[in-house]
Amino acid sequence: MGSKGRAWKFGDNITTDHITPSRYMHLRSNLFELSKHAFEDIRPEFSSSVKPGDIIVAGRNFGAGSSREHAPIVIKTLGVSAVIAKSFARIFYRNAINIGLPPVICDTSTINDGDLVELDLQEGIVKNLSNKAEVKFKPLPEEIVRILSEGGIVNYVKKHGGLDKF
Amino acid sequence: MGQTLVEKILSRKCGRYIGAGEIIIVGGLDCVFTHDASGPLVISRLNELGGGIGLDPSRVCVFIDHVVPSPSASISNDYKALKGFALEKGVRFHDQGCGVCHQLIAEYYASPGDIIIGSDSHTTMAGAFGAFATGMGASDVAIALKTGMTWLRVPESMRISVEGRLPKGVFSKDVILKIIGMIGAEGANYKSMEFHGSAIRRMNMEERMTITNMAVEAGAKCGLIPPDEETRKYLEERGRGDKYFKIEPDGDAIYSDEISIEASDLEPMIALPHNVDNVVPVEEVLGKRVDVVFFGSCTNGRMEDFKVIDKIIGGERIDRGVRAIATPASRNVYLQALKAGIIERLASAGVVITPPGCGLCIGVVGGIPADDEVVLSTANRNFLGRAGNPKAHIYLSSPATAAASALYGAITDPREAM
Repeated sequence: MGSKGRAWKFGDNITTDHITPSRYMHLRSNLFELSKHAFEDIRPEFSSSVKPGDIIVAGRNFGAGSSREHAPIVIKTLGVSAVIAKSFARIFYRNAINIGLPPVICDTSTINDGDLVELDLQEGIVKNLSNKAEVKFKPLPEEIVRILSEGGIVNYVKKHGGLDKF
Repeated sequence: MGQTLVEKILSRKCGRYIGAGEIIIVGGLDCVFTHDASGPLVISRLNELGGGIGLDPSRVCVFIDHVVPSPSASISNDYKALKGFALEKGVRFHDQGCGVCHQLIAEYYASPGDIIIGSDSHTTMAGAFGAFATGMGASDVAIALKTGMTWLRVPESMRISVEGRLPKGVFSKDVILKIIGMIGAEGANYKSMEFHGSAIRRMNMEERMTITNMAVEAGAKCGLIPPDEETRKYLEERGRGDKYFKIEPDGDAIYSDEISIEASDLEPMIALPHNVDNVVPVEEVLGKRVDVVFFGSCTNGRMEDFKVIDKIIGGERIDRGVRAIATPASRNVYLQALKAGIIERLASAGVVITPPGCGLCIGVVGGIPADDEVVLSTANRNFLGRAGNPKAHIYLSSPATAAASALYGAITDPREAM
């Protein structure tokens, strides 16, 4: 599993309110409309400019705050192929895996906004094609890769008949 | 090997020794809940799984609390669907006006040793009862509903000890703000925060809930307080005395971190915009003009909080430049405050009273601030845009600091007003 795309660089402590502002709660049954407001308060151009395959690159504690699964969903809905961050908030990390959006923990300091980035989840390597920098990371556990490749935890449970079939 | 409180709770449920770092699948969930903000997605996930729920419906709750009363047809339609779901499945339904989910979980459901899964991050609050309570996303909650099980990575534990007596004017909110400021927004990421010490034992249940509610603001998976006589008293007053039992960590339990705090050294604290860990003593921002004061939320919208607010404001008129909004955390709190005359005194002081629910904390209805306005809130989050306007500036404090500041129209040390 892997992907290639432009980096959208964010700083530390990006919260679920940055990703999906609480004031748009009335759009939570309309995920497509909700995704148009992703990162609106910090990067208003994000939802209209992001291209399928692009990668979000962030600092520490990405996805802090709410348990709203809508946060990784809108990121995936807009075509983002992965989120790479120095660290993730616990609930966001779990939600991202559950909905099939790969969260990768690694040093992101050599990646700049707009760089072309290639990600190999199995090998555990991020290649910055713009400045030739390479960063290694601990590959995701096999169970997590399986959940991601089957499109998320709900599909996984449907296919395998329960949680105890890991 | 000695066990932490979270290891004890999970071992009891699983019927075997459980240690930090293990991945476990646990059944016998005591309570699984969702609410208006995430409920529609939970139902859609459950339908993807074939519908149907695999646990006793009396252990499942649906709350309408985030946006009440509904301001629009589309939100009302979501609520109608949630109510329909609850009636069809025979699960507990708490409609608009009953209160914030976490407060109702405390009033009606949580007991020591329980496992509680909610589709809301502040589910950690029920840890004040010695229950393992954690927030999850819609898929996890739907799977818990469908299978009656969930998977967990057993967290490492951080032992936080608060010893001694809190000075006058310093409250449990100041304690947890101080801790979050010390360890940072991811200081307890993935961990269980275990709170001990004489200052914690001296707090009543309502005060303790403020602490476990905000454990998630340091990234914690759960925030736990060992049950004691205060827990028993709270449960007995609500007809659940039989649910009480003692569960506590072993003396030789292994902790990843240990923090000791001397209660008498503490002072009123405040979180500055736009992060909860951006904490300084109130003293550093004295005199800062305040436009909106919000008294409420699952963190600080309880009777104990309203008593403190009432003691400071009494019948005095709040500053005329301030819009103050009070939102009781539940209907029970509302009725108690009403009977005690507090609601009447606050209303005559110029405070707007809104129906029980999340109110301004979530920022869809209930007094959204204007651009550049300063909001002083007793809630748990001050993220950019949180009160409904990304151009506003949100500060977080204890109800006492908020009440004193409402009186004077500027950030005020509550010790001056008590």
